[in-house]
Amino acid sequence: MSARHTEIAIIGGGLQGLSTALHLAQRGRRVLVIEAHHPGRFASGVNAGGVRRLGRDPAEIPLAMAASEMWHSIEDLVDDDCGFRAVGQLKIAEDDDDLRKLEARATMVRDLGYDHEEIIDQKQMRALAPGVHARAVGGLWCAGDGSADPMRTVQAFYRKVQKLGVDFNLGHGVSAIARTGTGWQLSIGDAQITSDIVINCAGAWGNKIAAMIGEEVPLETHALTMMVSERTPHFIDPVCGLASRKLSFKQTPEGTLLIGGAHLGYADRDAGVAEPDPIKMAISAKTVTEVFPHLTNVRIARAWAGLEGMTPDRLPIISPSKVDGSFFHAFGFSAHGFQLSPVVGRIMASLICDGTSNLPLHPFRIERFSDDKN
Amino acid sequence: MMHRRNTAGERVTINIDGKNVEAVVGESVAAAVLAAGAGATRTTPVSGAPRAPYCMMGVCFECLMDIDGIPNRQACMVSVTPGMKIKRQAGARTVGGAS
Amino acid sequence: MSEQACDVVVIGAGPAGMRAAVTAANEGLSVTLIDEQTEAGGQIYRAVARVARTRPADLTLLGPEYAAGGDIVLELDAADITVLHGHTVWQISQDGTVWCSDGTKAKSITARFVIMASGAQERPVPVPGWTLPGVMTAGAAQILLKSAAMVPDGPVALYGSGPLLLLVADQLLSAGADIRVVAETTTFKDYLNAAPHLLGALPASKYLKKGIALRRHLKAAGVPIIKAPNGVSIEGTERATGLRIIGKHGQTFEAETILLQQGVVPNTQASWQLRLDHAWHAAQHYWYPTTDRFGATSLANVFIAGDGAGIFGAEAAAAAGALAGLGVAHAAGNISAAARDQKALPFIALHKKAAAIRPLLDHLFPPPAHILVPDDATIICRCEEITAGQVRDAAKLGAPGPNQLKAFLRAGMGPCQGRMCGLSVVEIMARAHGKSPAEIGAYRIRPPLKPLSLAELAAMDDDTPTP
Repeated sequence: MSARHTEIAIIGGGLQGLSTALHLAQRGRRVLVIEAHHPGRFASGVNAGGVRRLGRDPAEIPLAMAASEMWHSIEDLVDDDCGFRAVGQLKIAEDDDDLRKLEARATMVRDLGYDHEEIIDQKQMRALAPGVHARAVGGLWCAGDGSADPMRTVQAFYRKVQKLGVDFNLGHGVSAIARTGTGWQLSIGDAQITSDIVINCAGAWGNKIAAMIGEEVPLETHALTMMVSERTPHFIDPVCGLASRKLSFKQTPEGTLLIGGAHLGYADRDAGVAEPDPIKMAISAKTVTEVFPHLTNVRIARAWAGLEGMTPDRLPIISPSKVDGSFFHAFGFSAHGFQLSPVVGRIMASLICDGTSNLPLHPFRIERFSDDKN
Repeated sequence: MMHRRNTAGERVTINIDGKNVEAVVGESVAAAVLAAGAGATRTTPVSGAPRAPYCMMGVCFECLMDIDGIPNRQACMVSVTPGMKIKRQAGARTVGGAS
Repeated sequence: MSEQACDVVVIGAGPAGMRAAVTAANEGLSVTLIDEQTEAGGQIYRAVARVARTRPADLTLLGPEYAAGGDIVLELDAADITVLHGHTVWQISQDGTVWCSDGTKAKSITARFVIMASGAQERPVPVPGWTLPGVMTAGAAQILLKSAAMVPDGPVALYGSGPLLLLVADQLLSAGADIRVVAETTTFKDYLNAAPHLLGALPASKYLKKGIALRRHLKAAGVPIIKAPNGVSIEGTERATGLRIIGKHGQTFEAETILLQQGVVPNTQASWQLRLDHAWHAAQHYWYPTTDRFGATSLANVFIAGDGAGIFGAEAAAAAGALAGLGVAHAAGNISAAARDQKALPFIALHKKAAAIRPLLDHLFPPPAHILVPDDATIICRCEEITAGQVRDAAKLGAPGPNQLKAFLRAGMGPCQGRMCGLSVVEIMARAHGKSPAEIGAYRIRPPLKPLSLAELAAMDDDTPTP
């Protein structure tokens, strides 16, 4: 039985895998993407679509800034605007304590040398978020952030990489990985694929893939509950969050309200099942109607949950393997990888083609989990 | 659109788009609206096309109406009550006023 | 702490649900029956107790089969059962927690067992113009007649196939409606396909006789019953004005009310949401959750009774309700397997007799191709106004199945949550990809099972347990 050979195999057809394939193909490399279901089946296709620098961990800010530039010209990259709208992101201070917290954050970001997050007063905040309850006093605002349509983004990347000649193997996941003399052999269903280089973009399953080459990565699977309403008249542009309470809120161009806030549902990674928790739906509903009292009669049409792979420090793994220089990882984005995806692909392509990246990747190295133990 | 062949049962007065009409206890709002000759119960949020009850059993959601100030209620699933105020919906009528 | 806990929650107060609740209660189980309507009876026996009370003469018009539903309602009233009318179930957790709302406040009820008796819905009939006011299902007209003694004004046309088509035409005729035409899609080939099932249908020959009598009665009254094998289109701009028969000799019939009927299909929203095992009914083109004779499903604590598990009609549904009640009583440890099987015998016989007609009906009245895979310009998703052609285009662009279509087109994302377009989307995508419906799959159904206001959700008590 002869195995099919490719230069680079990417495990996982989510956005990180697709973006990595795109940048590698642009640099002339031969790429095969292996996807157990279909592109964007899990978190990539069903997340809230937040294109956010606001509130990022300092370690992620350089990447998020670079990704933001790419989002503003996303059409140049994938020939589609991905439904990206630069409507801004706003964190609302519901009281003075909140505002102090946000001010401290703004100062910290400024001290790092960035000016994308700015404190706004009550009047400015209310102009951006009409209908917000009267007690809210201000907010932290990031113009140029916004949101995109996740499934449309997946489709745009998918179409583009197909156009660039990237091959796909859909419908079967990788069940085993073995080192060969010159590279790797991947078992996929009954078939074998050999590859010089392997990139693990398996999202919530990333640690399973890493374990196949003997790398242990702590990764929890979370199901994040989201709700969407029926169409309602347009009333708000920016994506909104709260300084202290769990909420992410936006109105889509169709008029539906998308309500999230990282409330955990039920996750069963092995079965590929994520379900919203009705109690968390109620908590979300309570929060939304307290913040926007005029929305009480809006009906929720659908709730769902996306499977997310969460690392202990909530930072992704963007790193060469520590066991072998021809194996790479980009997973564990801990529910905020959507915005980063355009730049993650560029980084992976640099790591593979140039052996380095011009962005600071030290916080994302895979060794940090074993370092911590020492 | 519809007429009652038999009006046995207790009568109530309801208000449809500002007009008082009689209805019979036990009837759904959608039935009462059809009997009042009101035609469409709403227009769609996508194209503004007129729609009227299609299934009368809570499946099609064409009869969404504003009932006693609460929009998007299935008129076929709500029974008439005395003094009920019913309004036709135009497009995506959900957010109440605050915008 | 949960607001309520009980042995069994039964969902739906049609024949199957009422009989299941009564049977389970009689076997000593604590039962809560939840129903969306304000009165018991489901759709088939809709408002039967009120009709008997306020306008008993209408029982003659609506027929003895309808009147018989009154007996089951009386049984329900006499039994020791908590009945929650006007409550909508919006989520069922696999552990048996049932989440519902009375329209103002959501709550949960925990149960050891759930019997779903959510019945059927009429198959949506996507023909050109079917979204116009004045167009409704034949069942909708019958519900108006039962629940509100209402009859269409002006000329009426009916289109489709199946027992309900002729029954509604006849009932409306008797109620004084101006029926201009009944246009049937049944073809000679359908008769040939059905013929082998005639002998098997003999135990249920009363249904056959009834069908023949209805046809004779309509013809005697001068109602034209014509063939429309190629389908119809509905004329009108702001509302329906006529029914046009498609074909060489196609006529247009003036009509203000147009009633569509292409059989009924199981209501599978809740069974999909629970991820139960489903199968595809090849003759009638619908999904049904697979069950054993007691209604047991692929989840040990969830049973399904009645048309929600496959279309067999009201009498079979009542028998299936009793069987599910017995099945749960045994699963709960209240009766032995032997006692269950003994008590089940008469209901198994009843079910068998009533169901005997089905293979004949299933093959005589299949949904025709022009309904299963409509022309490009016909709307199939009424909520989002998406046409069959758009679905085909999305399939060509790479949407592999119904769940990706939602992201491409928002099909199934409107308030009806895919109830109206779900089956059409499966058929169209199956054809487009050259696959079987079973390979294409169905919309994944998520909570809430019906749209639920933020106010209702927010009002849910904090102390409701997380299952």
